[in-house]
Amino acid sequence: MAERLLEVKDLKVRFATEDGIVRAVDGISFELERGKVLGIVGESGSGKSVTAMTLMGLTRGVNARFEGEVLYKGTDLLKISDRDMQSFRGNELGMIFQDPMTSLNPVYRIGEQIVEAIQAHENIDKRQARSRTIELLRQVGIPNPETRVDDFPHQFSGGMRQRAMIAMALSCNPSILIADEPTTALDVTIQAQIVELVNRLKDDFDSAVIFITHDLGVIADIADEIIVMYAGRVVERGSKRDVFYDPQMPYTWGLLGSIPRLDRPRPERLHTIEGSPPSLINLPEGCKFRPRCPHAFDKCMQEPGLENRVESPGHLDRCWLDVDFKRSNRDRTISGSSVEAA
Amino acid sequence: MTALEQSSASNESALLEVRHVKKYFPIRKGILQREVAHVHAVDDVSFAVREGETLGLVGESGCGKSTLGRTVVRLLEPTDGEIIFQGTPIQNLGTRRLRPLRREMQMVFQDPYASLNPRKRVGTIVSDPMRIHNLGSRNDQKRRVGEILETVGLSPEHYNRFPHEFSGGQRQRIGIARALALRPKLIVADEPVSALDVSIQSQMLNLLDDLQNDFQLTYIFIAHDLGVVRHVSDRIAVMYLGKIVELSPAEELYKRPIMPYTEALLSAVPIPDPDLAEKRERIVLEGDVPSPINPPSGCRFHPRCRYATDVCRQIEPPLVDYGNGHLAACHHPLNVDQATVQHVGVAEEHTPAAADESALPQDTSGSSNPAVAPDTRSR
Repeated sequence: MAERLLEVKDLKVRFATEDGIVRAVDGISFELERGKVLGIVGESGSGKSVTAMTLMGLTRGVNARFEGEVLYKGTDLLKISDRDMQSFRGNELGMIFQDPMTSLNPVYRIGEQIVEAIQAHENIDKRQARSRTIELLRQVGIPNPETRVDDFPHQFSGGMRQRAMIAMALSCNPSILIADEPTTALDVTIQAQIVELVNRLKDDFDSAVIFITHDLGVIADIADEIIVMYAGRVVERGSKRDVFYDPQMPYTWGLLGSIPRLDRPRPERLHTIEGSPPSLINLPEGCKFRPRCPHAFDKCMQEPGLENRVESPGHLDRCWLDVDFKRSNRDRTISGSSVEAA
Repeated sequence: MTALEQSSASNESALLEVRHVKKYFPIRKGILQREVAHVHAVDDVSFAVREGETLGLVGESGCGKSTLGRTVVRLLEPTDGEIIFQGTPIQNLGTRRLRPLRREMQMVFQDPYASLNPRKRVGTIVSDPMRIHNLGSRNDQKRRVGEILETVGLSPEHYNRFPHEFSGGQRQRIGIARALALRPKLIVADEPVSALDVSIQSQMLNLLDDLQNDFQLTYIFIAHDLGVVRHVSDRIAVMYLGKIVELSPAEELYKRPIMPYTEALLSAVPIPDPDLAEKRERIVLEGDVPSPINPPSGCRFHPRCRYATDVCRQIEPPLVDYGNGHLAACHHPLNVDQATVQHVGVAEEHTPAAADESALPQDTSGSSNPAVAPDTRSR
């Protein structure tokens, strides 16, 4: 078995705000092994970015409360000081953000920004750092890195900026790369390039990847294991095959059914998930998806635990519905061609 | 006469016709702000939109699809070309003469956060178009707003709320309500769903579909998501660097792309099915879209095209009709048998010698020398 790098146990993140307590992440657990890609899918407000930022120690603040454990090679990242966290950030965990334009400083040259990151973590001189930067830029596929290293961010296209961000995240050889919606702001052709790049670099750098996205298509490409999040919780978790071919959570069906797909005949109408995600301050009672779930029944007033209810051992879900009922009814939602369930 | 003109000329019920429209943005430099170059945002584009249909416009960012959408409704002044709406050329109309036509064409914008004035109430946002066009009394207007809000899935009680009280999806509904307020014939929707979550996106697509049926709307639907565009469109135009490179009935485009760029775009769309995703051949396009300030010579796609040959570097391929309303601009058309190629007469045009005389002067004279491009209107 590959080395286990990260173990998150029942992580809860709450923020105190003027309007009340926001339960941004409410009890999520997962493990990550070297060489694996964990995909986290969910809509805005499902807690996927807060999870990622918490792993990086970026949500620490006076109004934030944490519970649970984030064990990186045995060290609990929630317990260590801000100063110690700095040595983990970059060296052990690297992060790529969604928007490559706002995550680079527009008044510094690309090279300077990466050199700064390297020098912050390692005691090497500027020349060495610069040559390593050029090498990194070459690895992420920037043409003529010797000259482009002195460009400003505005001289790079969106795809190249994201490549530069990846180079920066990898500059200190982290074991875990966290990619928070890295392709959302990019065109499909560039998106395909970036996904391929992340996949290749994962092997080159022998690291693990947490890939956060709302795009199930991208996840199908890159992930080994998938976590589906809703209202701060994991509602379904399993291998890629489990989640795509035997989805157990009506929310997952809804997600699969809502996307207009190129590989299927065009449906008359798309399936929709009625309503919108709940406020994280006032969560509904019982199953959090109940108010939007077409199959909800009285038992759903109690919240189901994240349990294994099917044959495949690692496949967990939060749904009370009978497995056979789900298997015979879900296709209608997923392929979306028939009249949708009321 | 190009194939495009023929196909649109034969089509009597065209609501909107766009002929050879160009939109260049000047780049000014120095103290005198002299024009040193132009961004060729839209470069000689022609198409027609029939009444009641949805025309999808797809392409990567920077291909000019938004500029084209805005030019067509005269939010931007075209540099050259004709825009004919319901038989009236509108490219030169002044503000006053344009105003009655504005009632017929409305826009829905991409960003539901930036396109609503945060200091106005929903009622004001939706009724403003009616006020500007003096439609009915204040009470009528208020009643209409209530009706429209209900049509788009909001409630009349939302009249006095501010935009910030709504979620992204609801705001987009307000944007749609505003566009509907004047009962337009044509709605140009510029990426109306790309800022929304998937579950909300599908609600919005279904809503747009219902509205089209209920109000006999014609849509120009601009998006970069090929799945979304296929779902809503009757016909699809693929744009690359300011040009339409392929125009086809929706299903046909996905089954039988002719232009290699379309093929690559389609293959880059991720498919939410792990087994299929693995089996599928992926054409990963190298590099980025070139700069529209100095577009590549010949076929604009040639630097990234895997089929490119010398012809592609020198001669710009004309948009050719391959039958069934499927047009494409390519020297090396895919999915087309030899007979069709001969039939449409591409073969001769594609030899450099013949093209020197026919294709070259017509198609590139304007674009190859931006300095002489007519830019008559002052801004």
